[in-house]
Amino acid sequence: MTTLLNIPLVIHLALPLTIILVYALVAIWGERKVAGFIQDRLGPMRVGGWHGWAQSIADLLKLIQKEDIIPANSSRFLFKFAPFMMFAASYAAFAVIPFSSGYIGSNINIGVFYLLAVTSVLTLSIIMAAWASNNKWSLLGGMRSAAQMVSYEIPTIATVLTVIVVSGSLNLMTVTEMQSGNDILGFLPNWFIFQNPFLIVAFVIFFISILAESHRVPFDLPESESELVAGYQTEYSGMRWAMFMLAEYADMLLLSLLGAVLFFGGWNSPFGDFMSGPLWGFFWFMLKGLLLVFVMMWIRWTLPRYRVDQLMHICWSILIPLSFINLILVALWELIF
Amino acid sequence: MLTVVKQGWSTFKSIFTGMGITIRHFFGPSVTLQYPDEKMELPENSRAKLYVNIDDCIGCFLCARACPVNCIDIETAPATADVDLGKTSTGNPKRFWLTRFDIDMAKCMYCDLCVHPCPTNCIYMVPDYEYSEFDRSNLIYSFSNLVPEQVADVKEKAEAEAEEKKRQREEMQKAKAEAARKKKEMEAKKEEERSEKDGKEKGRAPSKPENDGGE
Repeated sequence: MTTLLNIPLVIHLALPLTIILVYALVAIWGERKVAGFIQDRLGPMRVGGWHGWAQSIADLLKLIQKEDIIPANSSRFLFKFAPFMMFAASYAAFAVIPFSSGYIGSNINIGVFYLLAVTSVLTLSIIMAAWASNNKWSLLGGMRSAAQMVSYEIPTIATVLTVIVVSGSLNLMTVTEMQSGNDILGFLPNWFIFQNPFLIVAFVIFFISILAESHRVPFDLPESESELVAGYQTEYSGMRWAMFMLAEYADMLLLSLLGAVLFFGGWNSPFGDFMSGPLWGFFWFMLKGLLLVFVMMWIRWTLPRYRVDQLMHICWSILIPLSFINLILVALWELIF
Repeated sequence: MLTVVKQGWSTFKSIFTGMGITIRHFFGPSVTLQYPDEKMELPENSRAKLYVNIDDCIGCFLCARACPVNCIDIETAPATADVDLGKTSTGNPKRFWLTRFDIDMAKCMYCDLCVHPCPTNCIYMVPDYEYSEFDRSNLIYSFSNLVPEQVADVKEKAEAEAEEKKRQREEMQKAKAEAARKKKEMEAKKEEERSEKDGKEKGRAPSKPENDGGE
């Protein structure tokens, strides 16, 4: 280590950040367009020419100019620190995501474990924001959020474990490499979702859990705007609020990408060797992730919100038993075939 | 166990039904009208703004009288004998200069009551709804096509003619009165002569009224 500025490290730091920032701008615009189209509207149309593509940029510029309001009776340090901690948590998790066959931030052997551990800091930062705001709506939202995230981490982990049983590795790069090739029934890609019928059930449970973990409708209780103003974000304004928004969208992408790695073959092309390579790999990977993000948005504008007790009922008495039974079934299937 | 499976099945079925509906709308056409760029064609009889075809107006004040909120302000001057204002497109002769025809659209309540009494159909609603203003006084629309000098000129002429007519009428009345007086005098004389004749014939009986009438 001769220089302080380590060029590969900077690139490793900057690449996922760039992807997240560009994705967040596109996704916020995309969410509004999806909402508009589903409701037979057009969504933002005026900023930037074609279909209002620059709307998020304009919103960002507006947020930068806004006053940074800190409530008088808040806990100042925690209040200021919480949004950055939240974004740091979801950003840190991107380190183990294999974006293409040629790029992974950190090729460690406990990839999935690290990812799940780091994202649980999100809960902590949400409680931090809620408590520091000194506002009843914030606190209620924060409590709901904590309960929800802690509960839904169990089925998420159980389903991830199901995939790990099949793959035998926690390293996401290895998991992806195991899904290369098109051998199932002669043409289907070797993705885990096609390898084992019980993994389809696992994917459904996983998808419901990540919806809840990233606070998406129908599990958006922590920030249910019709009841709690905006939950833990109520007292935040300007760029600090934007950090929450960014972290939330980053979390959505992270969990969708995790789903793409675990069930849909990560950066593998669906056509075998055709259109494969590091750059095509990145394209396929992002396409799969963004498709899952699109399904999340699609569900948002379809389903109504659950009640708190229903939310807990779904998690504790349906998803958790089902995911553990499924884990045993997958293990048996792997043992027999 | 069976009920759980059934419930689960119906849950997923309803979720996918809902998602099917939303995706159909996602690809379906949008109903949004990009307003300043594209505008909806309003129906012909929509009430948005009053318009007066001043060339057809005969200055009859029927619209101003019909208006419940008094938003129509008309002032006319009769046309002098030396000008012919022509006829309206409906064939009515025009006899007045319209020195003022102001409609205050800030007061107007779009009731359409002024439109129907008009004998020449010259006041009507037009589907133009984009006329908001920052100052309320800008909402007063003037439909008179006379410039202020013309207005002054026309008024002066009309007044002069009215004066002239008044004078003529007075003269005529005077002449009439004169003629009537002369006639009366003549008749009185005749009466006197006749009564004198009668007095000579009948003696003193009718002499009293004769004295009164004579003076």
